[in-house]
Amino acid sequence: MNEVPLNHVLFVSTALFFIGMYGLFTRRNMITMLMSVELILNSVNINFVAFNKYLYPDKLDGVFFSIFIITIAAAEAAVAIAIIINLYRSHHSIDVKDAEEMRF
Amino acid sequence: MSNYVYIVLVPLLPLASFFLLGLFGRKYFKTSAGVIATGILLISTVLSFYIAYQYYFVDGKVDGVYRQIVAFKYTWLEFYPGISIDMNIILDPISIMMIVVVSFISLMVHVFSLGYMKGEERFSTYYSFLSLFTFSMLGLVLSGNILQIYIFWELVGVSSYLLIGYYFEKPSAVAASKKAFIVTRLADLGFLIGILILAFHAETLDFATLIQRLTTPSSPQLASITTTSFLGVSFLTWGLTLVFMGGAGKSAMFPLHIWLPDAMEGPTPVSALIHAATMVVAGVYLIARLFPIFAISGDAALSVVKYVGVFSAFLAAIIACTQTDIKRVLAYSTMSQIGYMMFALGVSGYGHEEGLGYTASMFHLFTHAFFKSLLFLCAGAVIHMVHSNDMDHMGGLRKFMPVTHISFFIACLAISGIPPLSGFFSKEEILLAAFNADKAVYILGLLTSGLTAFYMFRLYFSVFWNKDTIPHNAHEGTLTMKVPLVILSVATVLAGFVPFSTLVTSDGNPLPSHFSILFSIAPVALTILGIFLAAVLYKSANERPAKIASSLGGLYRAAYRKFYIDEIYLFITRKIIFNLIGRPAAWIDRNIIDGFMNFLAAITAKISERVRGLQSGKIQYYTLYFFAGIVGLAVIFIYMRK
Amino acid sequence: MNLTLLVLVPLVTAFAAILCKGIKQVRVVSLLGALVQLALGITLLIFYWKERGAGNTATMLFESNYSWFKPLNINYHVGVDGISIAMILLTSFVVVAGILVSWLIESPVRPVIRAGMGKEFFFLLLFLSVGAYGFFISLDLFTLFFFLEVSVIPKFLLIGIWGSGKKEYSAMKLALMLMAGSAFVLVGLLGLYFNTDTGNGSHTFDLVVISQMHISVDVQNLFFPFLFVGFGIFSALFPFHTWVPDGHSSAPTAASMFLAGISMKLGGYGCLRVATFLMPAAAVTYAWIIILLATIAIIYGAFATLMQKDLKYINAYSSISHCGFVLLGIGMLTQTAITGAIMQMVSHGLMTALFFAAIGMIYSRTHTRMVEQLGGLLKAMPFISTVFVVAGLCSLGLPGTSGFVAEMTVFIGSWQNTNTFYRIATIVACASILVTTVYILRAVGQAIMGPINSARYNNLADGTWNEKLAASVLIIGIMAIGVAPFWLHSLLAPGAKTIIEHVERSIAIQ
Repeated sequence: MNEVPLNHVLFVSTALFFIGMYGLFTRRNMITMLMSVELILNSVNINFVAFNKYLYPDKLDGVFFSIFIITIAAAEAAVAIAIIINLYRSHHSIDVKDAEEMRF
Repeated sequence: MSNYVYIVLVPLLPLASFFLLGLFGRKYFKTSAGVIATGILLISTVLSFYIAYQYYFVDGKVDGVYRQIVAFKYTWLEFYPGISIDMNIILDPISIMMIVVVSFISLMVHVFSLGYMKGEERFSTYYSFLSLFTFSMLGLVLSGNILQIYIFWELVGVSSYLLIGYYFEKPSAVAASKKAFIVTRLADLGFLIGILILAFHAETLDFATLIQRLTTPSSPQLASITTTSFLGVSFLTWGLTLVFMGGAGKSAMFPLHIWLPDAMEGPTPVSALIHAATMVVAGVYLIARLFPIFAISGDAALSVVKYVGVFSAFLAAIIACTQTDIKRVLAYSTMSQIGYMMFALGVSGYGHEEGLGYTASMFHLFTHAFFKSLLFLCAGAVIHMVHSNDMDHMGGLRKFMPVTHISFFIACLAISGIPPLSGFFSKEEILLAAFNADKAVYILGLLTSGLTAFYMFRLYFSVFWNKDTIPHNAHEGTLTMKVPLVILSVATVLAGFVPFSTLVTSDGNPLPSHFSILFSIAPVALTILGIFLAAVLYKSANERPAKIASSLGGLYRAAYRKFYIDEIYLFITRKIIFNLIGRPAAWIDRNIIDGFMNFLAAITAKISERVRGLQSGKIQYYTLYFFAGIVGLAVIFIYMRK
Repeated sequence: MNLTLLVLVPLVTAFAAILCKGIKQVRVVSLLGALVQLALGITLLIFYWKERGAGNTATMLFESNYSWFKPLNINYHVGVDGISIAMILLTSFVVVAGILVSWLIESPVRPVIRAGMGKEFFFLLLFLSVGAYGFFISLDLFTLFFFLEVSVIPKFLLIGIWGSGKKEYSAMKLALMLMAGSAFVLVGLLGLYFNTDTGNGSHTFDLVVISQMHISVDVQNLFFPFLFVGFGIFSALFPFHTWVPDGHSSAPTAASMFLAGISMKLGGYGCLRVATFLMPAAAVTYAWIIILLATIAIIYGAFATLMQKDLKYINAYSSISHCGFVLLGIGMLTQTAITGAIMQMVSHGLMTALFFAAIGMIYSRTHTRMVEQLGGLLKAMPFISTVFVVAGLCSLGLPGTSGFVAEMTVFIGSWQNTNTFYRIATIVACASILVTTVYILRAVGQAIMGPINSARYNNLADGTWNEKLAASVLIIGIMAIGVAPFWLHSLLAPGAKTIIEHVERSIAIQ
């Protein structure tokens, strides 16, 4: 059976990365922005695993790194949600347009 | 040779009086200031007379020639070796003559002011300024160093400024004092540059050394100054002419004479002292001091002196014929007489018979001091009585003030050159010197002396004869106002008999006195004609003067308006200097240079406004910049690795 | 004699002033400190003369050298020669006078300054003087720069808080332009530093050491403009002079006295001691530009003054004109001209401090500085008017005052150059004495003489004891130089000689 070429996997992860970036830049809902950040992190995960599997099949460094990323993503999501909850308490909105006070 | 060091006291005593009265006069010496100042000055005057006696008659002569003695020398400021300002006191015929004249006239004015200025609130200030002036003038004539004379020159100018502006609450007095100082300062600018030129080439500031280096034909300094030139004129001529410019300003020669008539705003005794007898002759004195250089090496400069002098004399005489303010007539007459002194120097040569003009000039300076100060003090008495300066308000005053009348008459005779009064002898010598040197100058001098007689007697008749007026004060003035008039009248009569040419000459060799009856016929005849004309027109009130004035029309008007010279000056200063230079300078500074700095600040502000837009507070923009930065860095690192 | 005392005494006084309670204690403490400083200055002069009389011909006396930051070879190196001592004496006179003039700063009867905070005012004034004293005794370039910077921020605060008119604008302009000047100076200093090689690859900031080194002509020509322009900005070099009119006029009286009297001299001293002394070849190359700009400053400043209507602006523009003489003397590069330049620094410092003091006294009583609104003050306030006239006469160079001595020395020194361009510059500078006379006499005639302009001027009080004392201090200084100039000349001439010898040596090498 033909293997899936590495390029195809990289296309997928790149596409995911840019979708995540697009979501981060254009969404107004903070939770949605958080979801986009998770997308970006996961695309990076795919990259690591793919490179590990295709280029260095006898090592496990990439997989280890992606475990780290998952853990950190989880922690970061928790912190982000805590911040959003606090922001909601003061601004009564999770729209990013209502949180622009820290400017010049 | 006796030690003359005590001559230092002569100027220093009035200086002490200045400080004493200036600092403490208001509180402690309010009424006694006059007596104190006069007393101190009396000591100076006696000392001056004593020194004159010692010098002229005892031991001034060495081998029959009057020599210059250095009584005192102190290096005040050394710029570099060879060029230093020294405080020297030199005694030679003209300096001794001047200290006698200055201290004597000053003493007379001090005494006169005791009565004239009595009751003034700032009585002590007046006397402190008079003392300052006397100190400055005495220092000026005793100076042996050209920058030392410049120092005292400026001090004299400031004393004059303070005294003209004495009645400072009158705007006209303030304006007059400003004008005097500024015009003389302009002249001093020329003087300063002249000093710089002469000092640089002669490598000295000391008068004796300067004269010796610039008159010896073989000296290297003379060679360097005559061979270097600027715009085709040698530096020697530049230097001497610029120094003369300084003298011309102080002595009110055309065209720097505009300050003198206005200076009459000061109290009349001040006019008598400063603007008649002493300060205004400082310019003549300066040329006399540098005379050897002018006569031996500087022909071109000497011609300038001659022409300016004779032109000023003639111009002033014409203007004086039309003025109606008693002090202004006297002011223009002063300018005219100083013109005589100047052109007498201008026609003179150096040494023995050639130096007749020099002697004549100094002789006229001597006699003029007496009769001109007498004229001014009499005018002061008249003004005191009538409370006005205008001749139209005066007339028939001979009945009310006999002493003043006789004194004024004597002084008028003297200034017109009627024998045997002093003015006759000095004027004859001047005209003789002019006749021998330059006939054109002689003719003008002759005409001017006729005009002098005319306008002086016009003044005399208008004040003391003409119509009858009743003055405000019926009494003539206190004793202190009459005594100086009497003393000066006596001096005016006797001064002509001083054997001046045996005492003061261009090179120290005594000359026999020149007196030729034949030669005197023309001037005296012209004088008598002038007096007769004045008597016809002014002795009794009539219509003839007005008719003559209207028939002369434009010429009379122009002379009355002093030939519009003041207006020309005002035009130059206001329209040209202020508007074309001053205003643009201030405008450029405010708008262009400052504007540029403000522009820089404005640009910085604009840029900052744009840049601060980056801190928008929108978190998504921040993330965008973040990613853009990473991409940029990544590109740089990837391509830099290559 | 330990020179660091000169820096420590005002510093201690400043902090003692902060610790005092109540304005009365503050000003007594400040005055005492300033008087102690003046005594120190005079003692220094006496010791200096004794040393010179005993035959000590070293260039700098009373040197002390402490290592500050070894890796970069920065030392705290101080020493004095005649020029420094003259400047130190000038500073002490002006500071004493300034403190006396500000005595009634918080008086409810007649407040000189509107805002309170008298304590901070005196502190800043004394702190300024620390900077000035340190600057004049420094022999290490970094120390010199340090003290230069110390003095900039207090000026900004003094003008911005206690000033009048458009004070914020003036304070900002002054601070920014002086900072720009310091920036240029820093570039120049670093350029010098990196081009001095004391063997084994290290550099030095030491003035004396650098002066004996030979720095290549190209380096000199590159960095001299930076140093000269940088210091020149402090000394109102045309066209960087525009901070002077607004800065001096908006400042409170004592600050104006200090600014015009001392701060502008920091520039002149720097131009001489750092730029010309250390880079003589470049000084010769650029001399014509310096002379051109200085002459423009002299005559242009004088004409701009003619048109001013505010007394303080008149004095400020005239300061530009007078400081032009300093730069002219430095540019002419003859011993007499440089001595004249330094004499002009001292003379102008005293004169302008006196003038600003008189204007401040007038302003505090009449509440106006506009010449047209004043008039007849001689009758109402004779003492203050006389002080004003004396200051004016010194400004126009009347013999008997220090102004004449300084200007004459510069003229005679400048005339020694036979180059036609230099001669014309000298003549233009001479012509400025006429314009000076015109504007001074106009100001005096309009404001002091004439009839009283407004009924309320009739009841004005004349000078109080502190104002009289302040004026007397400055007038004594002016007269001391004006009547007996030989002592100042003999003090300054050796220093000027050293600088000229450097210049001549550098010309000879080429």
